[in-house]
Amino acid sequence: MEEKIIAAIIVSAIAFFSIYAFTPILIKFLEKRNLTVKDVNKKDNVMIPRPGGISIVIGLIASEIVLYAFFPISEILAILIVSILGFSVGIVDDRKVMGGWFKPVALAFCAAPILLLGAYDSNLDFPLFGSVSIPSLYLALVVFMIPITGNTINSIDVLNGVASGFTTIASFALAISLFILQNYEIAIACLALAFTSLAFYKYHKFPSRIFPGDSGALVLGATYGVIAIVGHVEVIAAIAILPAIVNSFLFLSSVKKIVEHREIKNPTTHTDDFKLKSTDDKTTPITLVRLIIAKKPLSEKQICNEIFKLTTLSGVLAIITAFMMGVEL
Amino acid sequence: MAAQIYGFIFAMWILMLIGGGLMIYFVAPISFPSNIDPIITSGTKVFLALLLIFIWVYTLTKIKNWIFRSQIKS
Repeated sequence: MEEKIIAAIIVSAIAFFSIYAFTPILIKFLEKRNLTVKDVNKKDNVMIPRPGGISIVIGLIASEIVLYAFFPISEILAILIVSILGFSVGIVDDRKVMGGWFKPVALAFCAAPILLLGAYDSNLDFPLFGSVSIPSLYLALVVFMIPITGNTINSIDVLNGVASGFTTIASFALAISLFILQNYEIAIACLALAFTSLAFYKYHKFPSRIFPGDSGALVLGATYGVIAIVGHVEVIAAIAILPAIVNSFLFLSSVKKIVEHREIKNPTTHTDDFKLKSTDDKTTPITLVRLIIAKKPLSEKQICNEIFKLTTLSGVLAIITAFMMGVEL
Repeated sequence: MAAQIYGFIFAMWILMLIGGGLMIYFVAPISFPSNIDPIITSGTKVFLALLLIFIWVYTLTKIKNWIFRSQIKS
């Protein structure tokens, strides 16, 4: 147990401080090369450096390599490789805008290391009711999980700090759940993800100094997805990101097809004091943000706080579910 | 923010728990006599699982529409 505590402290510290120290350097580097995009929710023509995914993946890889040195198991190796592949898909999309189907299909291929390393268990565990063995169906679940979590985190990356803050809360909830279930090695890997997101949040929060880009959102989402699979906590992981799933569900149920987010009409508009309000255009999709501001316009910061409150609720529900895993009716 | 959105998250959680229970207690144990091809048994299970997902999505869509309408009205 002492070794695991030491590993948890070292891995968390590497994940946090590497990003905390490297991100300002990356911001200057991107600004110097004019790799910036307009922040559409700001009054003035504010340009923000992108992609911050480079910083996120460096922190994640450094911490996961150290974790692998402590525990050389195939599950940690799978997390490491899938993180790199998820980042690679994102950086391609950051450099060149790809079609709506590119990310889901490319992310499905990112699940290959999990299958090749055999870092999964084909039993699907449910709280209160036990588990069900679905050997063939589980392979499909593995292939679908990475695109779902990757795109889910990516689709919620619409306001300053939401993607990183959201992943921080969800990852801490998932790490606590993994500790409750005594899956310590994967819990430490999840802690690395949580501290990575937390360190990046410092620069991504309102007003953002850097955007994660698709590479940042996809590396966070893909890593979260692979942790869910190798940690055998698929249901708990889904519960912890319910607000983002709600966002994707609302979007898909109103658009009724998979499209690149840049192709759709913006469901929000601005008031004179630059608060966000729901548009009157009925052809625009209903999203989580639109649902939050349907009643009255809110500032960007207020909306972020509302999303974080919803994520905290789903995180608490995930932890309750982890406790319920030990109870069978 | 209206409590309905928190309610929506809570409803999703409950539906996930109930869905898991239905899968394990009713769908997974389904078996037909040995003279029936196992592929038919698997196909039936997949059909029932998809039916559960359809009911899940339909219920959530109805809740979503109700929340959005009530948010706009108030």
